Amino acid sequence: MQRQLATMKQSLFDQGYLDEQFVQLEELQDEVNPNFVEEVVTLYYRDSVRLVQNLEQALEKNPLDFSKLDSYMHQFKGSSSSIGAKKVKIECTQFREYCRTGNGEGCKRTFQQLKKEYATLKKKLEVYFQFARQVGPVEKARRPK
Amino acid sequence: MNGIITNAETTTMQFHVLAVDDSVIDRKLIERLLKTSSYQVTVVDSGVKALEYLGLVDDEIANTNTDSNPISTIKNHHEVEVNLIITDYCMPGINGYDLLRKIKESTTLKNIPVVIMSSENIPSRINNCLEQGAEEFFLKPVKQSDVNKLKPHLMRGKGKENQPNFVVNKRKPMAECLSPDRIRTKYNYI
Repeated sequence: MQRQLATMKQSLFDQGYLDEQFVQLEELQDEVNPNFVEEVVTLYYRDSVRLVQNLEQALEKNPLDFSKLDSYMHQFKGSSSSIGAKKVKIECTQFREYCRTGNGEGCKRTFQQLKKEYATLKKKLEVYFQFARQVGPVEKARRPK
Repeated sequence: MNGIITNAETTTMQFHVLAVDDSVIDRKLIERLLKTSSYQVTVVDSGVKALEYLGLVDDEIANTNTDSNPISTIKNHHEVEVNLIITDYCMPGINGYDLLRKIKESTTLKNIPVVIMSSENIPSRINNCLEQGAEEFFLKPVKQSDVNKLKPHLMRGKGKENQPNFVVNKRKPMAECLSPDRIRTKYNYI
């Protein structure tokens, strides 16, 4: 079971959904804080809902306020980066680039892509955490199998 | 018991770090990182709250008011002992740079080491912060290896304060010369 979990995790990294920061989070998990990663990710989901709502509203305005859009996306990029959400972070960066150049269509397109990546990651992590809970107490990322 | 006393003092010395960040995720992360290093941690979500916590607001008012009661500022200062402040740069309201400046301009707080965190690698920003007196500038996401760099700043910071049970680094040899009875109550060696 543990090997399956490790394989699942490895695939998330190989496919570029997660980066090294996720490992950093896992290393902060221990017997006293056994659910640290899931707790952080849960906070991320909650915060992301807020940011997505703000972005959606802001993208409906005419004309677009690129400074405001960039500010929201700066936050989204920051939190995504903090949990190691690699693909989501890439979309955030692209979005901010479109803000910089004042490209409204580019922003809207990228935002749709971002929401897709976010939804995919969320699903994959839910499966991962569910499986991890079944496997039992968390092994530290460093420990060899 | 002689040699052990000095060690015991260093292990019971608990550093108190004030962390400031408007992101709930980053607050959780920095808190965990700091606690891993056995620091006592207080986390606030804005520069304004940080200033309130530090008692700086009262400090400023007291300095500009000739009728001020100096006891109120001293009281605030002693209630809160912070050994290091680590703050995000980009925050609504007072940003990290402004917070750094206010701390360095304060007579009571200027010796507290300040560290800035930012998700953006902008050399001019980094230089401005360092020039304003920040000890370190960490790029986010902050890692354990970054937090490990805080220790020397904390050790140095403690040395500047007049607190009981402190061993000022340069005084250490002197402490070791003292008899066991004297070491237990150590006040105002500076």
